[in-house]
Amino acid sequence: MTSRLSVFGLLGLVIRRDLLLAMRRRADVLTTLIFFVMVVSLFPLGVGPEPDMLRKMAGGVLWVAALLSSMLSLPRMFSADHIDGTLEQMMLAPQSLTVMVLGKIVAHWMLSGLPLVLIAPVLALQFDMPVEAIGVLMLALLLGTPVLSMIGAVGAALTLGLRGGGVLVSLLVLPLTIPVLIFGAGAVEAVSSGMDAVSNLSLLGAFLLFALVFSPFVAAQALRISME
Amino acid sequence: MAINWFKYSAPSTFYGLAGKLIPWFSWPAAALFAVGLYIGFFVAPTDAIQSEAYRIIFIHVPASILSMFLYLIMAGYAALGLIFKTRLSAMMASALAPTGALFAFISLWTGALWGKPMWGAWWVWDARLTSELILLFLYLGFIALQASIEDPRRADKASALLAIVGSVNVPIIYYSVQWWNTLHQGATIKMTGTSMHVAMQQSMFTVLVACWLYAIAVGLSRVRSIILEREANTQWVKELKEVRE
Repeated sequence: MTSRLSVFGLLGLVIRRDLLLAMRRRADVLTTLIFFVMVVSLFPLGVGPEPDMLRKMAGGVLWVAALLSSMLSLPRMFSADHIDGTLEQMMLAPQSLTVMVLGKIVAHWMLSGLPLVLIAPVLALQFDMPVEAIGVLMLALLLGTPVLSMIGAVGAALTLGLRGGGVLVSLLVLPLTIPVLIFGAGAVEAVSSGMDAVSNLSLLGAFLLFALVFSPFVAAQALRISME
Repeated sequence: MAINWFKYSAPSTFYGLAGKLIPWFSWPAAALFAVGLYIGFFVAPTDAIQSEAYRIIFIHVPASILSMFLYLIMAGYAALGLIFKTRLSAMMASALAPTGALFAFISLWTGALWGKPMWGAWWVWDARLTSELILLFLYLGFIALQASIEDPRRADKASALLAIVGSVNVPIIYYSVQWWNTLHQGATIKMTGTSMHVAMQQSMFTVLVACWLYAIAVGLSRVRSIILEREANTQWVKELKEVRE
């Protein structure tokens, strides 16, 4: 007797599996995080330690670093499953590939996006950001980093198994993430200059919903193209 | 009489048709370029504010318009190829990509040349410039993805999906860049709303048509090369006069 999984059951299964696999190889998660911290720490060394300037550019620097470090972990999203044949089994399974891809996206975000959101306040303090700006920064990252994982999933699926896929995926995905960068950094900038960040955050939320509806499906189609 | 509309969707028949069509587009393109640039450089009067430097718009504006249109046309062909699995549409999409990237590059380059005397800077982070730059990145991504996949069928489909995702994103990127620019209170330079001289309009329009014809001619000749490359092992290619010689 086979019991058909519900959508949420399937989603939970995929997420649990990916998290479990990641916990067996913690180094992968940590390298992304360390990369993020390093990139952010390089900026003061590059542009000088004046607190005024650092405070002004903190939001942008943190966002660009988040963008780069989320690119770093993208090639891993499907490649391990592709190499050991799991992906093929997933595609043959009588379950929705879109839901499985959504599960992988959520797991990817929990491993590469969520840690950034959590460590960002510490780095923001290094840049002497005011407390209310840090709150908005975290909120913006919380809304924006899932979008990065979602757009990234499409790129990762398209470049699956290609030579030099790691660089290529950044080339494909980074231009598409520019709106997230603009409004993410814009939210922080708005608070710093005494304005309301609601419009920026609302737009980020809109991107999140838009990407949530379309990107798992598109990424699933991309996987089909790459696997046939 | 029933016309077989799909006759020319086969690469083997389209190859010959494209060869016959190219002169009909390339020669008018050359002629209109000459006429348009003649009007632009010798007939159109000197601008009161921008003096002679404004004449670069006769190349700049048509190139910018085409760079944007070609992306949509390319994405349209790519979508056709993905939906109806017509090989020729995918080939057309990849044939148009370099031309589109070229126009985007020309648009940025001439914009910089114009910006130096007008704004005093080669580059400002103006909304139009920035979104044109991002458009160039999108073209390069499309070309890079196509180039790095060896299997042509997978390359076609993957880059088609990328082009479609990109074309959905283009308006979002455009408006977010515009909004970003107004938020930053940077250089707010706007085109002056003064009405253009008739000769300027004529020149710009002529060059625009010339650029269209050029893009079609180059697209057709590039698609012929792509067809030959992909169909190199087929009988009809081996029987072609130019291949046998």
